[in-house]
Amino acid sequence: MSQPTTREPAAAPATTREPILEVRGLVKHFPLTQGILFKKQIGAVKAVDGVDFDLYPGETLGIVGESGCGKSTVAKLVMNLEEPTAGTIKYKGQDITKLSGRALKAVRRNIQMVFQDPYTSLNPRMTVGDIIGEPFDIHPDVAPKGDRRRRVQELLDVVGLNPEYINRYPHQFSGGQRQRIGIARGLALRPEIIVADEPVSALDVSVQAQVVNLMERLQDEFQLSYMFIAHDLSIVRHISDRVGVMYLGRIVEIGADAAIYEHPTHPYTQALLSAVPVPNPEAREERERIILAGDVPSPANPPSGCRFRTRCWKAQERCAVEEPLLAVPEVFRGTGGPAEHESACHFAEEMENPPGE
Amino acid sequence: MATSAELTPEPVGEAEGPLLDVRNLHVEFRTRDGVAKAVNGVNYSVDAGETLAVLGESGSGKSVTAQAIMGILDSPPGFITEGEVVFQGRNLLTLGAEERRKVRGARMAMIFQDALSSLNPVLNVGEQLGEMFTVHRGMSRKAARAKAIELMERVRIPAARERIRQYPHQFSGGMRQRVMIAMAMALEPELIIADEPTTALDVTVQAQVMELLAELQREYNMGLILITHDLGVVADVADKIAVMYAGRIVETSPVHDIYAAPAHPYTRGLLDSIPRVDQKGQELYAIKGLPPNLLHIPPGCAFNPRCPLAQAVCRTDEPPLYRVSDTRASACHFWKETLGESADNA
Repeated sequence: MSQPTTREPAAAPATTREPILEVRGLVKHFPLTQGILFKKQIGAVKAVDGVDFDLYPGETLGIVGESGCGKSTVAKLVMNLEEPTAGTIKYKGQDITKLSGRALKAVRRNIQMVFQDPYTSLNPRMTVGDIIGEPFDIHPDVAPKGDRRRRVQELLDVVGLNPEYINRYPHQFSGGQRQRIGIARGLALRPEIIVADEPVSALDVSVQAQVVNLMERLQDEFQLSYMFIAHDLSIVRHISDRVGVMYLGRIVEIGADAAIYEHPTHPYTQALLSAVPVPNPEAREERERIILAGDVPSPANPPSGCRFRTRCWKAQERCAVEEPLLAVPEVFRGTGGPAEHESACHFAEEMENPPGE
Repeated sequence: MATSAELTPEPVGEAEGPLLDVRNLHVEFRTRDGVAKAVNGVNYSVDAGETLAVLGESGSGKSVTAQAIMGILDSPPGFITEGEVVFQGRNLLTLGAEERRKVRGARMAMIFQDALSSLNPVLNVGEQLGEMFTVHRGMSRKAARAKAIELMERVRIPAARERIRQYPHQFSGGMRQRVMIAMAMALEPELIIADEPTTALDVTVQAQVMELLAELQREYNMGLILITHDLGVVADVADKIAVMYAGRIVETSPVHDIYAAPAHPYTRGLLDSIPRVDQKGQELYAIKGLPPNLLHIPPGCAFNPRCPLAQAVCRTDEPPLYRVSDTRASACHFWKETLGESADNA
């Protein structure tokens, strides 16, 4: 690849484990209002309600959860597209939620996004060259004017599209190709962090693997850190180094991918993993499935205590009163085993037949 | 639920052979840009109590085949140019519109992917469910309402008596799909076609809905055609599987055999591209290229431009559906090689 590499390769080697992104106590409430002339707030949708995580250079953090769990809102907050109600997002030690103007613009260059739907996230009236080159209009210092066309063609080449397609329009491409265009746009400013919100869910099965491979290759090539948000648990496992599981605005369990998939200790993670259909008919009879009752409660009125208790088969009185914190459960502390990871459950325990095996 | 068989038309020519037998079905769409050949000679059959999974990507013709079976193909632009749909011993394609309408809903019903856009937003769910009984069975509105409540309880919608007055937007995605299932089940059909019934749902809800569907199928001994792109869902529920590509069936097999050793390179590619635990950190296997444009299906085998085994013959001769065993078939000139390689990998 002919992509120029003016930026020094990953400022610090991953071994120093200095997080590139530190998220603490992140909260986003969307107000619910009533009345037309005199708007009165009658409540709030607690989309994100206290989320902490770190993202390290060069790693992929997978975020999984069902619709409405707040994972996309977290993405928007990290991108600074929404203003958090509370909490901090530190990029290399600097709280980006407080930034504005030129300082914010400088940070934004380093955090880019790839969207889910390649059909609606590309402007149908712009050519591919204009779409991928638009970031250069906003950050002219990255590429001088005369150089842009060449840079866009390089980007097309990097994501595996023919550089001659620069004057085509999005409708002339298939879904997988459009997602490559979206990725090229995300790469244009050579960011350090890419937030990918369901980047392959809208694609055909045979094309998904191509895009996942592309993202992995680009990560190695450009030392990118990924926040990879998806609901497809097998793809998240494949691409992630660490995985966080979200439920109703909170992270309920987070840890290394093998720890989460093979040694889940939170009942929600266990149910989620066991519900995933496994492409192996031989396992049909042997699998122990946990089928949860009911739906996810409304984030406008989440249950007291543990938010999962209304659907949890282990729930006891304590769960309604005392909110479990995201920490390594006491029973596993100091064991050194894979079950020793953060899990927000009073009754965290390992399963006998973990579904991730 | 067993009270209402009075007005159902008797099946003509009591079924010998399978419940549904699709024979050499061809469907094309005549568009401004040319003729898109969406279905090109599909054969499959379903027995009572059996689940056939039709697996394919978008544009493979899996949904169009279902629409042709149900008789809900938009025509124009869609035209059935050849073939038979034999249901309970008679060819539905020769029936008149009125006869066809009696079969649809009463004897075969369909569940769609997107329950929100398949339900009428301005009618409450009770009216929509009750309509099945007032229209098909000539029941009074009051009796139909009672049946609707019964149905909603049957698909385990809590507080059915109250929720019957609610509108589709007041239901969650999983509950809406239950309403769709209730509507399909209303007249106790012999065959249900479910087109991506859980694709729009979250995994935990998907598990609930699939379990409900399987339970109802067992109870009423229905044939089920499950259209999906999800190899996991297929492995969980199907008895046999038909893999479609560019409007043709490229492989049919009992479900266990196909996962153990696929006999078509496309099926193998799909199975290989599923991320597996032991392949972490490695590149995923990816089928190269893109699904074909139905306006310009490649000559010979439609899969040849993407196929790792393709040879000269694949570009010129369209492979017939070769018999692999009593229960399996593959439309690949090199099915023996594919099967051999698959067995080696397994």
